[in-house]
Amino acid sequence: MTTNALFSIPESSGHDMVTIAFEGRNLTVPAGISVAAALLSNGVSDFRSSVVGQAPRAPYCMMGACFECLVEINEFPARQSCLISVQDGMRVRRQLGASAINIKDEL
Amino acid sequence: MTVEIADLVIVGSGPTGMAAACEARSLGLSVLMLDEQAAVGGQIYRGIEVASLPRTNILGDDYAAGRELAANFRVSGATHLGGAVVWNLSSDGTVDYVINGKSRKVTGRFVLIATGAMERPFPIDGWTLPGVMGAGAAQILLKSAGAIPTGSVVLAGCGPLLYLLAWQYFRAGIEIRAFVDTTSPSAYLRATRHIGGALRGWRDLVKGLKLRTALRQSGAAWYTGCSNFSVQGNGRAEGLAFSHRGCAVRIPASLVLLHQGVVPNTQLSWSIGAAHRWSPEQLCWEPVTDAWGRIGEAVIYVAGDSRAIVGARASAIQGRLTALEIGKQLGVASDIERRLAVLQRELRQHLHIRSFLDVLYRPLDEFRIPGRDDVIVCRCEEVTAGQIREYVELGCLGPNQTKAFGRCGMGLCQGRFCGLTVTEIISSARGVGPADIGYYRVRPPIKPVLLSELME
Ligand code: FES
Repeated sequence: MTTNALFSIPESSGHDMVTIAFEGRNLTVPAGISVAAALLSNGVSDFRSSVVGQAPRAPYCMMGACFECLVEINEFPARQSCLISVQDGMRVRRQLGASAINIKDEL
Repeated sequence: MTVEIADLVIVGSGPTGMAAACEARSLGLSVLMLDEQAAVGGQIYRGIEVASLPRTNILGDDYAAGRELAANFRVSGATHLGGAVVWNLSSDGTVDYVINGKSRKVTGRFVLIATGAMERPFPIDGWTLPGVMGAGAAQILLKSAGAIPTGSVVLAGCGPLLYLLAWQYFRAGIEIRAFVDTTSPSAYLRATRHIGGALRGWRDLVKGLKLRTALRQSGAAWYTGCSNFSVQGNGRAEGLAFSHRGCAVRIPASLVLLHQGVVPNTQLSWSIGAAHRWSPEQLCWEPVTDAWGRIGEAVIYVAGDSRAIVGARASAIQGRLTALEIGKQLGVASDIERRLAVLQRELRQHLHIRSFLDVLYRPLDEFRIPGRDDVIVCRCEEVTAGQIREYVELGCLGPNQTKAFGRCGMGLCQGRFCGLTVTEIISSARGVGPADIGYYRVRPPIKPVLLSELME
């Protein structure tokens, strides 16, 4: 669901900008910000659906601890979007339901 | 896989890590710093090297103070690896981390855990809805991206960070729909018993009072002594309901920012099997260390907020102290006792106000131990407070055993956002103190690692 953005970035003029694609929609955002900040300031109000109840979720901590900001980036699942900076040409999608990643099984 | 070696490997680039690196470099030690974020600063000085002047002005002097530290760090000769996610630490000083999609290893003759703090979980009805986030998270958005709320915003809870964010939003010209303060009049009364310490740390006290005065003048609706929170909304936050002086109040808001203090980020210290103590003052776990932050006999130290919450300036001093102590172990430091003594005196200055703050902003029981059975405690696996109480009735004794009953604490966050709550729910249900209830057993990897990242 994309709606009115919860955040805006008023001082973006004068910054280098990059363009990322969120589910096919191009977003032009200041270079250097996190993917989570880019989505939150562009009307993306849910990032993933929860594993059990498929409820919408969005970033809670912005510092890598809660894992609520998980998205798919360039086809890699379950990326923490609050820890990753935007790069020109990045392709971002919501993380729907359980990802292929299981912290215990993976190693 | 090539293994690098450094005298000191530091995990985390906040005030503790940067100050420790500067001190260690001044002793001639080789220093490698690993940090999840691309740039240095940690959360408190997030974006410090790139924040524009207007943004820095909005954020205030305490934030701007990070610039000098970051600049000193940059010229210190320490190696900084940003975007490095540490997933394993061994007590021999070996650190595994992922950078640019590849796992790497480094061995530190000593390792400093400087992973700082995280916001205390705030488990209330509706806290998983999009549009609800930590006040600290919103502050990170402001620091790192200059992002400000666009719609109706409510700040709720207690603690210095919540007041600071309100003041920063006020300076940025953002109207706060309501400030919903959980601090009760009786907390002020209790805190006055610690006023002696607060007065000795009078600079901090004056700063706090100035913040509050500015907020009063901002004209934002300010409710104090509030309780009984519930975030309302269908698929997203639409408002916050609460009790105020016996009345039910509902404030519409698209953004609800919650905060009730910060707690040490202990994931790494737990993962190496370190002993932790329950702090009855700060209501959280703290790794057991010697006076310098050393964990047992290991080559691993922990300093700053990841040892116990002390704030940014005290954290930086602890970082320096730890680096000096490590220098002493390595036999490189001269004149060290004098330097340690000077820093310790400085450290005490910054700690005076702590007990006053701990008492004044002690999070309410109802916001740590949800009374309602339907409140989600484990956000990842959607386990409720009621389910955990059922587990206890069925004989569950502690957090580790909850995993035998369901998947509580087994999601990707590995208990970071439910662990404290689970300990305290079980503690209150069983009538046994948190220290005897214990915590989850945290095992590496402490961050998910892809198979492709492990391949050469
Ligand atoms: S928002 Fe919490 S991990 Fe990214």
